[in-house]
Amino acid sequence: MTIWIEVAVKTLALLLMIPLAALALGYSELKIMAHMQSRVGPMEAGKFHGWAQLIADGLKFIQKEDVIPEAADRSVFALAPVLSLISAFLVFAVVPFGSGQRFWFFNLDIGLFYALAVSAISVLGVLMAGWSSANKYSLMGGLRAAAQLMAYELPLVLAAVAVVIQAGTMSLVGIVEAQANFSILGIPVPYVVPQFAGFVIFVIASVAELSRTPFDMPMAESELITGPLTEYTGFRFLFFFMAEYAGMFALSAIAATIYLGGYWLPGVPDNIAPAVGPVALVAKTGLIAFFLIWIRSTYPRLREDQLQKFAWKVLIPISLVNILVTSIAVVFVSDVQG
Amino acid sequence: MRVGRWFAKGDGLPSYFSQYITVALIGLAAIGMVGFMLGAGRIIRPSNPSADKSLTYECGVDPIDGNWAQTNIRYYLFALLFVVFDVEAVFVYPWATMMRSLGKSGLVEMIVFIGILAMALLYAWKKGILAWD
Repeated sequence: MTIWIEVAVKTLALLLMIPLAALALGYSELKIMAHMQSRVGPMEAGKFHGWAQLIADGLKFIQKEDVIPEAADRSVFALAPVLSLISAFLVFAVVPFGSGQRFWFFNLDIGLFYALAVSAISVLGVLMAGWSSANKYSLMGGLRAAAQLMAYELPLVLAAVAVVIQAGTMSLVGIVEAQANFSILGIPVPYVVPQFAGFVIFVIASVAELSRTPFDMPMAESELITGPLTEYTGFRFLFFFMAEYAGMFALSAIAATIYLGGYWLPGVPDNIAPAVGPVALVAKTGLIAFFLIWIRSTYPRLREDQLQKFAWKVLIPISLVNILVTSIAVVFVSDVQG
Repeated sequence: MRVGRWFAKGDGLPSYFSQYITVALIGLAAIGMVGFMLGAGRIIRPSNPSADKSLTYECGVDPIDGNWAQTNIRYYLFALLFVVFDVEAVFVYPWATMMRSLGKSGLVEMIVFIGILAMALLYAWKKGILAWD
């Protein structure tokens, strides 16, 4: 019976955490981008540096009319944002937040594979939204999104294969434990050191998977009026927004877990490790998320052909070579074992 | 209760099974929450439909010629290429997990497998599929 209570508590915690993570990241992005552009960003809502800005936005969205265009395919149109959000939800389930059973939402033995698989469902949401909107620009945006997400899904998945080879397991908890036992020349280092090429590919592909600048061709405000999302209003629009930020948090957390050691920190004694774990993971996740925001305010948008070329001609070949080099190293060099 | 006993066990197939039940539960909870949010919103938000409002917005001007638009055929080719490599990824993952125990023979087999797929990519490259004119 206790196991059911545990599952219920974990599920509830997850339900609370996702909107919170989306709000925190959304607000950080508003503020960080503002300061990078010599602005102050939101300052009014909630008195202290506009911390309540996104909560106010959310409350406003709830009060807006739910307009569905006459020409739209109603059921597909209504389902698309829900699918995007649920896909972001399911990724969260496997992120290990600390050592000890209590902090894992659950430890699936194919954790990494599962995370990449469910995050790919969001492609369907975007494609459905673009298709059902009865809008030429949305359709083009949906197709661009589908082509882009497919092209960058491959480097993402193939970069992660090299990590699996090195760790010898697909479980995210197992990968963290493998990193805890890994060292180069006696110095304990996370996988970002031996897998640096993979890490760079993974982060670039994550940006593309999230359709964030410089890979925001599907959204392209100036030409496609936010592409697949043009016809959405009120709460359904908010769902896409939440799915983007929750997805950003989830992918950053996965990258932090498989490359930066996740909840593990070197030299932390076992008795306080369960308490340090979640803090370490959130800090590492925040670091990667900050980098994604930084990229957004630094680079201009890539053209459709440029981003396809970059995925197929640069990232995929490099990630294939990365797999081969890693597997040869694992078989022939004993230092890499561990 | 059979399911209850599966949950109570700590190892082997039963716990394996319980992990997937948890996934299903989280999925159901997510659907529940999304449904609740949409349902609660229905009470609060206004609903004043009109003919003009339910017209496709597009870019603010009344839409011309419905929602069909011409697009580049390359999207289709990219989708085909994607299927080749995504299926590859599905086969590579189990190998990657078992890499250590398969050793050198596993390595050679995977080099052959990835080599054939790399040739497919090279072929597409030479054919000019990856370039946009």
